[in-house]
Amino acid sequence: MNQMEMIISVSSLEKSFKGLKVLKGVDFTLNRGSIFALLGSNGAGKTTIVNILSTLLKPDGGKVKICGYDVVRQGMKVREHISLTGQYAALDEVLTGRENLRMIASLLHLPHGAQKTEELLSNFDLLDAGDRRVSTYSGGMRRRLDLAMSLMGSPSVIFLDEPTTGLDPQSRFVMWKIVKSLANAGTTIFLTTQYLDEAEQLADHVAILNDGIIAAKGTPDELKKRMPNGTVELVFNSEIDMEKAYSLLIEYQISKNEEMLTINIITDGSVEQLSDILNHLNRSDVSVSSFTQKLPTLEDVFLALIDEKQEECNQ
Amino acid sequence: MKIAERMKCAIQVSMTMCKRCVLLAMRNLDALFAGFAQPVLLMILFVYVFGSSIDVGVANYTNYIVPGVILQCIGQCSTITAISINNDLKKGIIDRFRSMPISKSSVLTGHALAAIVRNIITTALVIGVAFLIGFRPTANLEHWLLAIGILLLYITAITWLSIIFGLISSSAESAQMIAVITIMLPYLSSGFVKTESMPTALRVFSENQPLTPIIEAMRSSLMNTSTDGNLLIAILWCVGIFVISYVVAVKIFERKVAK
Repeated sequence: MNQMEMIISVSSLEKSFKGLKVLKGVDFTLNRGSIFALLGSNGAGKTTIVNILSTLLKPDGGKVKICGYDVVRQGMKVREHISLTGQYAALDEVLTGRENLRMIASLLHLPHGAQKTEELLSNFDLLDAGDRRVSTYSGGMRRRLDLAMSLMGSPSVIFLDEPTTGLDPQSRFVMWKIVKSLANAGTTIFLTTQYLDEAEQLADHVAILNDGIIAAKGTPDELKKRMPNGTVELVFNSEIDMEKAYSLLIEYQISKNEEMLTINIITDGSVEQLSDILNHLNRSDVSVSSFTQKLPTLEDVFLALIDEKQEECNQ
Repeated sequence: MKIAERMKCAIQVSMTMCKRCVLLAMRNLDALFAGFAQPVLLMILFVYVFGSSIDVGVANYTNYIVPGVILQCIGQCSTITAISINNDLKKGIIDRFRSMPISKSSVLTGHALAAIVRNIITTALVIGVAFLIGFRPTANLEHWLLAIGILLLYITAITWLSIIFGLISSSAESAQMIAVITIMLPYLSSGFVKTESMPTALRVFSENQPLTPIIEAMRSSLMNTSTDGNLLIAILWCVGIFVISYVVAVKIFERKVAK
């Protein structure tokens, strides 16, 4: 099979809810066997995209093809090739793990459903819990069972909508391992996340959704080159100091939090720049009570992207 | 050949959905027990407490009220159907089903089939208790089959009506409102007292509402007397409620899930 074969293509995708435009022309493509991460803050429209791609929601405009089939006109064909693991666990609480899996096997008319059920239970470390009701499972176990149910039909594409939101760090790590092994086995993975580190860990392609469009896309490395190297958070003793510092540092990419009396400054990560900033404040008699250097977060990326766009507008 | 295969798949999907709903109901035995216990207690109350002071023109009051009690039992069960549909809609599992290569309405069909199974079991139990406290039908086999036929039609109709309630309600509590129709209507019919004994307005209502001909037709066939015109009216009501409810339920479901 051709490694670079395109499996998902999305062009000019649009969707509004009650007159509010959530997606304003989204474009991206995915190759077979890749892990694609769609990044975006809460309410950016990530789940809307997943719902349209998994045929749950009809788009207002644009074209979406999965495995060569149109999601609107050939929904049934698309559904034969995909599987969805949504944000909320899609399982029956009062049934056991084994019963949940067997039900899916039976709905898919699998000839060896019972055998596949045992396989999945063992792969996902749920054999001991197989006969317990799902209501007794931990959050991590639910996610694993949920994912196992999605894999019952051996789909070519699997959608994971925020697969690790609300999980403890250990369960999160287990989830990452599972996703990686799925991709190694040739499944194409489309995941959404709010966490930059998750995208970095897993994805070979990343797209950032902001304000209804894909603001940036590429490999994690490509994107990081566009990102600032770090943020410095300055903490002040008084509002006066904070306001003064804010006006002094206005030439930087900067944001302030009035409640916490803090200012965030995007820097290139160098010691020189940091000492420049502190010296500048010192010379003007603004006292800084403490500072912390933070690793780039999704917010920083957004801030950088939004600034870039504004500059483009101004020019 | 291909069509036959497709039919087989569709049936298997519906049966799996049905099995799922039966399993869900089995894990909630309290509700199932209430569906059976409430009408039985009511029957005992009517037979032993009010029975002696209600004149319905027949010697055996138990024989008279069994059809009404059964309809109430079906009414009680309908609340379980409405609640379970409503619960399903709120959970992620419905999205999983919708993203699978199966017919969208199979979820509803599964619920309906399971509801019919539940109803048959609880109704059989109610009839069993009725026999213990003096129910003595005189129907021959043919009339028994006729009564059971009417019963199945009524169960199907009420099941789809309760599915609508489950679909349109914002919560499980409001889904139970189906009970206002299915449990109250037997009281306002010839189920427990003769309509002649009611005040005029109520009598006009009860003589023209669907449950009266259904109850009359069932009672007549169980007691081996002529069903007169009631049988046809009963069948028309049941089929009418079923067809309209089915169409409306599927429409609402499609609109609801297609956001």
